[in-house]
Amino acid sequence: MDFLNAFVALANFVIVPALAYGSQLALGALGVTLIYAILRFSNFAHGDTMAWGTMCAVLATWGLQAAGVSLGPLPTALLAIPVGIAGAAVLVLATDRVVYRFYRAQKAKPVILVIVSMGIMFVYNGLTRFIIGPDDQNFADGERFLISARDFKVMTGLDEGLAIKTTQALTMVVALITVALLFWFLNRTRTGKSMRAYSDNEDLALLSGINPERVVTVTWLIVAALATIAGVLYGLDKSFKPFTYFQLLLPIFAAAIVGGIGNPLGAIAGGFVIAFSEVGITYAWKKVLGYMMPESLEPDGLVQLLSTDYKFAVSFVILVIVLLFRPTGLFKGQTI
Amino acid sequence: MSGETYGDRGNKDRSITNPAGMGDAWPVKPGGAAHAAPGGPFLIGDAMTGGYGKGADILHGCTIAVERGEIAVIVGPNGAGKSTAMKAVFGMLDLRSGSVRLDGEDITALSPQDRVKRGMGFVPQVRNIFPSMTVEENLEMGAFIRKDDFRDTMEQVYTLFPILRDKRRQAAGELSGGQRQQVAVGRALMTRPKVLMLDEPTAGVSPIVMDELFDRILEVARTGIPILMVEQNARQALEIADKGYVLVQGGNAFTGTGQELLADPDVRRSFLGG
Repeated sequence: MDFLNAFVALANFVIVPALAYGSQLALGALGVTLIYAILRFSNFAHGDTMAWGTMCAVLATWGLQAAGVSLGPLPTALLAIPVGIAGAAVLVLATDRVVYRFYRAQKAKPVILVIVSMGIMFVYNGLTRFIIGPDDQNFADGERFLISARDFKVMTGLDEGLAIKTTQALTMVVALITVALLFWFLNRTRTGKSMRAYSDNEDLALLSGINPERVVTVTWLIVAALATIAGVLYGLDKSFKPFTYFQLLLPIFAAAIVGGIGNPLGAIAGGFVIAFSEVGITYAWKKVLGYMMPESLEPDGLVQLLSTDYKFAVSFVILVIVLLFRPTGLFKGQTI
Repeated sequence: MSGETYGDRGNKDRSITNPAGMGDAWPVKPGGAAHAAPGGPFLIGDAMTGGYGKGADILHGCTIAVERGEIAVIVGPNGAGKSTAMKAVFGMLDLRSGSVRLDGEDITALSPQDRVKRGMGFVPQVRNIFPSMTVEENLEMGAFIRKDDFRDTMEQVYTLFPILRDKRRQAAGELSGGQRQQVAVGRALMTRPKVLMLDEPTAGVSPIVMDELFDRILEVARTGIPILMVEQNARQALEIADKGYVLVQGGNAFTGTGQELLADPDVRRSFLGG
């Protein structure tokens, strides 16, 4: 019984939240990895692309809610995701046309594009705050729990409850579908293959008749979609605040690099590694250990290794360790 | 944008930059049109002068041509501009003067993609495959511009290079040097080109593999495709050539049939080692 209680407590406070958070990070890291593989730089504006796309979706959600549209138990924001994607696509394509294309034509070195993307990041940052403000916005509606802790206790008769939020379940389902679609697109469709070819060898892609500008456009479209979906899922799960999305950049980059940047499988694995480390290290293990250990050894303190305020330090430390000992990441070879 | 002032600092950090697979060609800007220019050889780069981007000229009035059903070979010392001449014919550098004509049309203003559509197949010297993609995907990418069913062409390529059929599910980057070259040539053949351009197909392979590659190239030529080829192994290449061009410092030094050049005492002394 104690073992089951310990496991349920662990699932409730670590496994389920980390799975949801990991899925959000994985989607974010996939966007970063695609830009890295095809446009060949690390896009520092990715967090703010997510913020912008989510903002568009939030505004659309409010519009739908005002018009009385509802999905019943599911959040209305699901209906607004296409609007968010369209908004993000317009923004990134406009940026590409005005800014990135200029540097591509100059054959600028990738590091210059990294710095350029930082400038873009500040612009996006300002744009989002200018429109929706810097404050926390809540746009989640519908059923809050798939299973609430109380129901779970009644159902199983255990002391510990396992709560699964609708948004957490939704996050995992949507992430799974998105990733499956992305892999199908990259490996089975002509356009997807041409993107991989361009990533592998730009010159040869050019003289195979692949239009580089088209590859770049499609890439930005996919990235806009991934960023918006990740952003909306994160916003539903927690809340939408532009600064939080800017901060997400760190765990997202850590996830992409831990997995092996440029490799989509790595981005997904990296997302979960970072999420489980972050949640695991900032969780107070007192309860789980209390169930598992003999009474005499039960801990007095919270057994929380790090305050949640420092959770970003976790991604930073993992990032440093990976770069020191396995700079290519878990999955070697950068290929999309 | 990436001049000496900034050097290469920061570009070696693979966690933020990814130069692998990055292009270095300076393609002719797309959007140019071809116009009729009847007469002359099947494919000719006529009096070409130019270089990469805003850099110094590498070619100085260089002319190379190939006729239907022929093999033309470009030879010359290192740095003579052999590969550059080939790239110029394919539209991968800016020509300041001169013209390129294919099958009665002036295609100087066309981008490389448009030249592929008009029937030019080009195999670069290095980085001529998509290493992380399978052999079959490499061939599919070769046929990217084709909207029709290309399975029969793929079948022909597999017949020409049987080893590729066995390895078709394997990543092309995992193959041996000679096999990669076969993938590269196969990829170019997928468009059913009217002319095939090979840039040093035997670079970096062992002599045995080199002989086999030459045999394969002759087989391709026997299917009726004219071949324009840059080659380091001048003697062997001239033996199979209908026409040879010796380039020196970006200009034509000697021109003639393969046998003539092999017999020419000047050419023998300077380029063939006596």
